[in-house]
Amino acid sequence: MALLGRICLLLALVVCAYGIGASIYGVRSGRLEFSDSGRRSVYALAGILTVAFAVLEVAFLHNDFAFNTVADTSSRTTPTFYKAAAVWSSQEGSLLLWAWLLSLWSSLVLFVTRGRLRDVAAYATAILLGFGGFFISLMVFYAQPFATTSPAPPEGVGLDPLLRFPTMMIHPPMLYSGYTLCTIPLAFGMGALLARRVDAEWIRVIRKFAFAAWFFLGIGILLGARWSYSELGWGGYWGWDAVENASLMPWLTGTAFLHSLMIQEKRGMLKVWNVSLVLATGTLAIMGTFLVRSGVLNSIHAFGGATLGVPFVVLIAVLIASSIYLVVTRRDMLRSEHRLDSLVSREAVFMGNNLVLVALCFVIFWGTYFPLISQALTGQEASVGPPWFDRYTVPLALVLVLLSGIGPVIAWRRATLANARRNFVVPAAVALLTLIVLVLIKGPPTLAEKPFAIAMFCCAAFVFGSIGQEFFRGMRARAAMAGEAPPVALVALVKRNRRRYGGYIVHIGIAVLFVGVAASSSFQHASELGLSPGQSARVGAYTIRYVRPTASVTPDYDSADTQGGRELSAVIRSEPGVTLGPDTARTGASLSLGAVLDVTKGGHHVTTLSPSEGFYDSGDPTQGSVGHFIGGQPVSHVALDAGVTRDVWTAIAPNIETPQLKRIIALGNKTLPFVHPGEGIVAIAAMAGAYMQSPPQAQFHFIVSPLVMWIWIGGLIVGGGGLIAIWPGGRAVYSLRRRVSARSRARAAHGLARA
Amino acid sequence: MPAPRTAWRAPDGVDLLAAILAVALLGVVILVVSAPLRAARRPSGTESPAQGAEAGEDRVELEAAREAKYREIRDAELDYRTGKLSEEDFAATDGALRAEAVEILDRLGALQREAQENSEAPRAS
Amino acid sequence: MNPARKRTVRLVVALSTAVVLAGALIYTSFSAASPALSPTQLLHQAQPGRSYQLTGTVVTHSVAREGAVLDFSVADRAGGAAVPVAYTGTVPDPFREGREVIVTVEKRGGQYVGERNSLITKCPSKYKEAPTPASGGGAPENQSS
Repeated sequence: MALLGRICLLLALVVCAYGIGASIYGVRSGRLEFSDSGRRSVYALAGILTVAFAVLEVAFLHNDFAFNTVADTSSRTTPTFYKAAAVWSSQEGSLLLWAWLLSLWSSLVLFVTRGRLRDVAAYATAILLGFGGFFISLMVFYAQPFATTSPAPPEGVGLDPLLRFPTMMIHPPMLYSGYTLCTIPLAFGMGALLARRVDAEWIRVIRKFAFAAWFFLGIGILLGARWSYSELGWGGYWGWDAVENASLMPWLTGTAFLHSLMIQEKRGMLKVWNVSLVLATGTLAIMGTFLVRSGVLNSIHAFGGATLGVPFVVLIAVLIASSIYLVVTRRDMLRSEHRLDSLVSREAVFMGNNLVLVALCFVIFWGTYFPLISQALTGQEASVGPPWFDRYTVPLALVLVLLSGIGPVIAWRRATLANARRNFVVPAAVALLTLIVLVLIKGPPTLAEKPFAIAMFCCAAFVFGSIGQEFFRGMRARAAMAGEAPPVALVALVKRNRRRYGGYIVHIGIAVLFVGVAASSSFQHASELGLSPGQSARVGAYTIRYVRPTASVTPDYDSADTQGGRELSAVIRSEPGVTLGPDTARTGASLSLGAVLDVTKGGHHVTTLSPSEGFYDSGDPTQGSVGHFIGGQPVSHVALDAGVTRDVWTAIAPNIETPQLKRIIALGNKTLPFVHPGEGIVAIAAMAGAYMQSPPQAQFHFIVSPLVMWIWIGGLIVGGGGLIAIWPGGRAVYSLRRRVSARSRARAAHGLARA
Repeated sequence: MPAPRTAWRAPDGVDLLAAILAVALLGVVILVVSAPLRAARRPSGTESPAQGAEAGEDRVELEAAREAKYREIRDAELDYRTGKLSEEDFAATDGALRAEAVEILDRLGALQREAQENSEAPRAS
Repeated sequence: MNPARKRTVRLVVALSTAVVLAGALIYTSFSAASPALSPTQLLHQAQPGRSYQLTGTVVTHSVAREGAVLDFSVADRAGGAAVPVAYTGTVPDPFREGREVIVTVEKRGGQYVGERNSLITKCPSKYKEAPTPASGGGAPENQSS
C-alpha cells in the first residue's frame, strides 16, 4: 500500500504540472476548454491526495510499522484517537496534510467560482497548483511519508506524550486550514494582477475567501492558546513564541484586508494597498509554515530538518519578488478612483485601523525575526523577549480597541461633526463610569501600578457603550419604521444589515477578549510551592492544602485478559492506595503520580484540584527493564478550575528521584529481564506503592488568573459575529428599483449639484 | 476487550491491489481532466464561447457594482436613522449615491439591450 | 489650503510619524535584546548586569533542586566548558539531562542566575529516530530542533 501512496504523490506532481500548463495556455490562447481542464486538475489533485491521505491513515490505524512514519510516531499502546491524529505529528505527515487541505479548499473555491472571473481564476489555478506542486515535491524528495522499512519493526516509538491532548491534535488541521486558505486570496490577487482585473466582482469573490482564511486561522490561534493554557505545565496562553507570532501575523493583515476591502468597494480607493495586503497575508502564511518546518528560529515549537529551509526561502523570495513586480507593473490600473472625502468618516477610521494592524504586524515581525536580522546586521545573534513585545503591542492594542469603538459612531463618506460629537457622550460616559468604579474598588495605587490594564478596561467599556448605543438606536429606528416590537425589530435589524451588525458583534468579542487578557495578565497571582501531604500554603487570598497523594499504574493491556494479565492487575491493585490504570487523562501513561489539593478562600471551600504527572514508556532497553517504563517524556496534567470570574490552575512536579524510589528501579533493572515487559510493571507498581506510603515533598505551580474564561468567550463571540457578517442574503433590490424613478433622478442631480 | 493488536499483515498480492487501484486512479484522473478537451472537439454551439463569456463577465461585474451601490444607499439611510448624519448631509450623500446607482443601471440596461440585439440579429439575417 | 495640498501634507505627516516610530522601535530592539551565546562564549564575554540567552545542553548529573531553586549546568552541544545556572520558575516538562535548553541568564558575582520563567527546553525531536537499530531503511529526519 505504500506503493500506492508513492504513486499517488508522483501522479499528483504530474497533474500539478499539467494543470499549470493547461490553465496558462487556456488563458493566453482564449481556449476555455484548457482553462477548464486546468481547473479539473485541481479536483483531480484533491482526489489523489485524499487517496494518499487515506492510505496513511489506514496504515496508522492498522499499526503498519513498515511505514517509517508510523513506527516513528505511533505504537500499539497509543490510544486510537491519537493514532488517527498522529498522522500529522510528523514532518512528512504534516506536509501531506497541508497539501491535502490546500487541494480541498482550492477545489471548493474553483468549483464555486467556475464560470466567473475566468481569466483571474485560470491564473489563480496555476498559482495554487504551483503551491501544491511545491509541497508535493518536498514530500517526494525530502520528507517521504511513504518510506518503508523491511522487515517492519514489531513496535513503534509512540506518539510524543506532550501531544496527547485533544486540543493539540485538532490545532494543526485548523491552523493548516487557515494557512492554506490564506494562499487562495493570494492566488486570486496575483491572478487579478496578471489578468489586469481588480474590480467589483473580484472584491465580492475574494472577500469570502479572505474571511474563511481569517476565520480558520483565528480558530487555530485560539485553540493553540487554549491548549497551551489548559494542558501544558506552563500556565500561560501566549508567550510571544516565534511560531505563535508566525500564525498571528497573517491574521492581522487578513483583518486589515477585510476592513480596507470595504473602502475599495465603496470608493474605489486603496487598490494598491489591498492587493499588497492580500499578497502579504499569503506570503506571511507561507513564512509561518516555513518557521515551523525549518527550525531556523529558536522556539519550543521548531521542528524539522534544516534541509527544508532552503526550498522555503527560495519560495518566499519568489513570492516577494513577483508580488513587487506585479504591483509595480500594474500600478496604472490600480489607481484610486476617488479620494478620501473627509477625515471624519468611517473610511478614515478604517484606514486608521489598517495602520494600527499593520504596525502591530511590523512590531511582531521585527521581534520574531530579530535573531536573524541581528545576525545579519551585527554578526551576533540576539533575541528580544516578551517584555519587549508587550511594550509595543499593548499601546497599539489599546488604540485598536478604541478605534473599534469610534468607528460605529461615524457615518460613511462624510459624517456630520456635530452629530458625531453628540454620539460620543454615552460611550464616553460609560468609560468614565468604569474608570471611577475601578478606582473605587481597586484603589488609586492600582491605577498607577497597572495603567494599561485599567486603560484597556475603559477602552472596552467605551466600545460596549458605543456599540450598545448603535444596537439600541438601530432597533428603535426599525421599530418606528416597520412598526415591529423591539425584540423582533432587533432581530430583523441584524438580519437585514448583517455586515454592519455582525461586524459590531465581532468588535464586542474583541473587546471582551482584551478585557480577559488584561485582567489575567495584570491581576494574576502565581506562586511556586513545595508541599508535603497535610501542609498548607497561602497564595494571595487563597489557602492551598495538600490533602493526599494519588498514584495509578497502567500495564500494557495486550495481556490483560490472560492469566498473567489478571495477576498483574491484581498485584497493582494490591499496592495500598494505588489505582489500576488507565490514568484519568487516558493518554497511556505507565505511571501517573499526583495529588489532591484543597483550595479555600476566607474559610470557604473554593475547589478541589487533582493535578498529576504522567510518566511514559520510552521503549528504550538501555534504560533498563523497569526504567524504560518511566523513561519517556514526562507530561504534566494540570488541574484547572475554570470560573466566570477567575481560573484556579495548578501543576505538580512530583519527586520520583528519592533514594527509595531509585533503589526500586535499580533493583528491578538488575533482576527483571527486558524481554518480559509485563513483569517490569510490577516494580513500577511497587514504586507507586512506596510513593503512596511515604510521599516526598512535591513542587506545585499555582496560579489564580481573573477573567481568563472571557478570552475564550470573546473568541467565540468574534467567530459568531464574523459568521453573521459574512452570511449571504439581505438583498435590497426591490425597494430601490422603484425609488430610482425619474423624480429621484432629478433629485439626485439636484443633490449632486449641492454636494 | 480490545481486538488483538497484531501488525496488519497485508494479504499476499497487496502490491497487486495497490497497482490496480493506482491504475484505476490514473484512469479516473485522465477522464476528469480531459473531459473539457474532449467536449470541445465535438462540434458545438455557433457563437464563439469566448465572446459570450466576455459579455457575460461585464454583466456580472456591473451587477456586483450595483449590489455594492444598493448596499451603500441602505447604509447611508441607516446612518441617518441612527443619528450619525444630519438631514442635509443625508440628503446630499443619498443624492450622490442614487445618481451613481442610476449610472450603473443605465449601463446594465445598455448591455442587456445589446445582448438582445445580438441574439435577434442572426435570426433576422 | 486646497484639497490636493492638504492630502500631501497628510501623507507626509503620516509617513514621517511611521518612520520615526519604526526607527524608535528598531533602535530600542538592539539595546533590549539578549545576545544568544553558547556556554563557551558566555564564559568569555559575559559582563555582570547584562542578560544573555544561553543555549546548550544540560550536563548529565548536574541537576539538583534546593527548594525553589533548580541548579543545573549547561554545556556546549559538542561538550566542553559548562556554565552552572541557578534558576527559579517554571520548569518545562521536557526538561532533563541531555536536552537542549535556552535560558536567559545574568551574571551576578560569580554566579549565573537564570531569569524567572525564562527556561525553554527544546521539544525533543518530534521526528524521532527509531530506537531499534534494524530500521536502517528510512532516512532519519530527526534533528534536535
